[in-house]
Amino acid sequence: MTTILDPTDERVPVERSITPRPPSISGTVALLDISKPRGSVLIDRLQELLQQRLPDVTFNRYAKPTFAKPAPDELRRQIQAENDFVVEALAD
Amino acid sequence: MGLAVVPFSLEDTSGANISFPGQRHGLVCFVKEDCPTCHAVMPVLAELYRVYQGNLDIHVIGQTQQGNTVLENQYSPPFSMLDDSTLKVSFATDIEIVPSLFWTDEQGQTSQCLVGFVRDEWQQLCADLDLVFETNSTDIDWSAFPEWRAGCGSMSADPLIADRLRAESQNSPLRARKIDIGSGDDDFEFMFDQGFSDGLPLVPPTPERVLRMLAGSHRDPQEVLAIMPPNMGEVTVEKVAINAVMAGCMPQYMPIINTVVQAICTDEYNIHGVMATTMGASPVIVVNGPIREQIDMNMKLGALGQGNRANATIGRAVRLLLRNMGGARPGGTERSTLGNPMKFTMCFAEWEERSPWQPLHVERGFNASDSVVTIFTMTSGPTLIVDQDSRSAGALAGTMGLCLEAAFNPKAHYATDCLLVVVPEHIDTLMRDGYSKADLRQRIQEVTARPIRELVADEVSGTGFKAEVAASMSKVQLDRRLPKFKSEDDIHIVVAGSEAGKFSAAFHGWATGEIGSISVSRKIDEI
Repeated sequence: MTTILDPTDERVPVERSITPRPPSISGTVALLDISKPRGSVLIDRLQELLQQRLPDVTFNRYAKPTFAKPAPDELRRQIQAENDFVVEALAD
Repeated sequence: MGLAVVPFSLEDTSGANISFPGQRHGLVCFVKEDCPTCHAVMPVLAELYRVYQGNLDIHVIGQTQQGNTVLENQYSPPFSMLDDSTLKVSFATDIEIVPSLFWTDEQGQTSQCLVGFVRDEWQQLCADLDLVFETNSTDIDWSAFPEWRAGCGSMSADPLIADRLRAESQNSPLRARKIDIGSGDDDFEFMFDQGFSDGLPLVPPTPERVLRMLAGSHRDPQEVLAIMPPNMGEVTVEKVAINAVMAGCMPQYMPIINTVVQAICTDEYNIHGVMATTMGASPVIVVNGPIREQIDMNMKLGALGQGNRANATIGRAVRLLLRNMGGARPGGTERSTLGNPMKFTMCFAEWEERSPWQPLHVERGFNASDSVVTIFTMTSGPTLIVDQDSRSAGALAGTMGLCLEAAFNPKAHYATDCLLVVVPEHIDTLMRDGYSKADLRQRIQEVTARPIRELVADEVSGTGFKAEVAASMSKVQLDRRLPKFKSEDDIHIVVAGSEAGKFSAAFHGWATGEIGSISVSRKIDEI
């Protein structure tokens, strides 16, 4: 990985680069429902399918209080602390 | 000597963390495996361990993991080697040579430091230790060891590695935000995507490269050189260095770029207007004085063109700063209708030695021995002045005037200024008649002077004096002759180019005077 120094006045955040894709999935996976109507239905089905393929992985369910606002910091910290991966259902 | 071992916590080969300073005096020796002298001292270190382990903490610090394994396998020392493969302890302790042996007290303060291996010195150190600790090193067979061996360079002092270590160290002068480019990403594509580029590839501004660039300036990296419009970004020396790296500069160009930044971010120069205008203006940087030679600038064949690193990259660094620090991006606050290729870079030096006249910076009040940048705002050019036929100064200067008539448009008088670049062959023609710069300026004004009645908008060209304004003028007023330039001072003159070719050139200016941009000269004071 190369590290460079920001040539700008730093008023705009740098776009984050994508974390390298891990070769396999293990540990815990967060499933985050953003609270759009019927988002939970999608996540239920997704969990069911993933659990079949990844029997050793633990799935944790989370939900944002409202889809209209970013996730509260506390929820983000909790998801980060408790999981290795996160899957988020972004829209209805 | 003033070296002191920094406090550390390093792993030994069993994975245990060993801390320094401990509760006791210490003997700390830095070694690396590919140093023959370090091999030679391994048995000596084993002897020291045998004699002093009860009284002192003995640490042998190796600079590579693989090397530590090799040394332990080869010598089976009674101690476990410590791993400084990150070289952070070696670097912070500032050792230059291995082996370096330190005797330290309980607080880690250095009592003695021995560099390389001089048998007498090591033997004397043992005698000193014996006095303090009532130990007995007399059974060490010193005759088994070489009399003298020079050490090798510490890996932490390797220039390539040292720059990285300096960038990572706690007292690193770097403060700019660090951006990690993902391992799956291409460095060059990433920089394009972030919008850092002028459209051409950039050199990645890694901390090591930026540190090397900063070495070209005497200034504090965090010194704010200027507030750069339109975004009013605070341009520090560090930010200049970052953009200079991207542009491809060498460190010795830094004083010029720093000075240009200060010169353009002034009310007179008005870089905000220069960047924002739809007209397509851009700075032209002219360099005078000794620095031209010191950094190998081109002032001769092809001076206004490509192929010279200093000319090309100094101008580019300034443009990248305007983009990244000033925020002047096309479509944003940079609104040029057509743009022009001089917006990539435009910087050259005056060939003062080929000029019969005072060079530009002396004319503008500096000493000949000063190194000075002068920034002129151009909108067009360099447009060639082709005259292979004139044999007198007056005729050639007349051609120059007629060509300059085109600046903006031929009816635009008193509207702009110009930077005239006179080539050697044209100089020779002008000097046949002993022309001074003043004579040249006067002749340009003379041949371009037109009665106002010829500068009125008409069916041939709708620009110029408005017909209704002209209608209100008297005959005397309409007969008044206006030269092209409002003042002879608006004709800036420098000398450059190769010995062959009767092709001078002119940069046409932008709106000049207080309403636009006034050329600014500034001494480069950090050389």
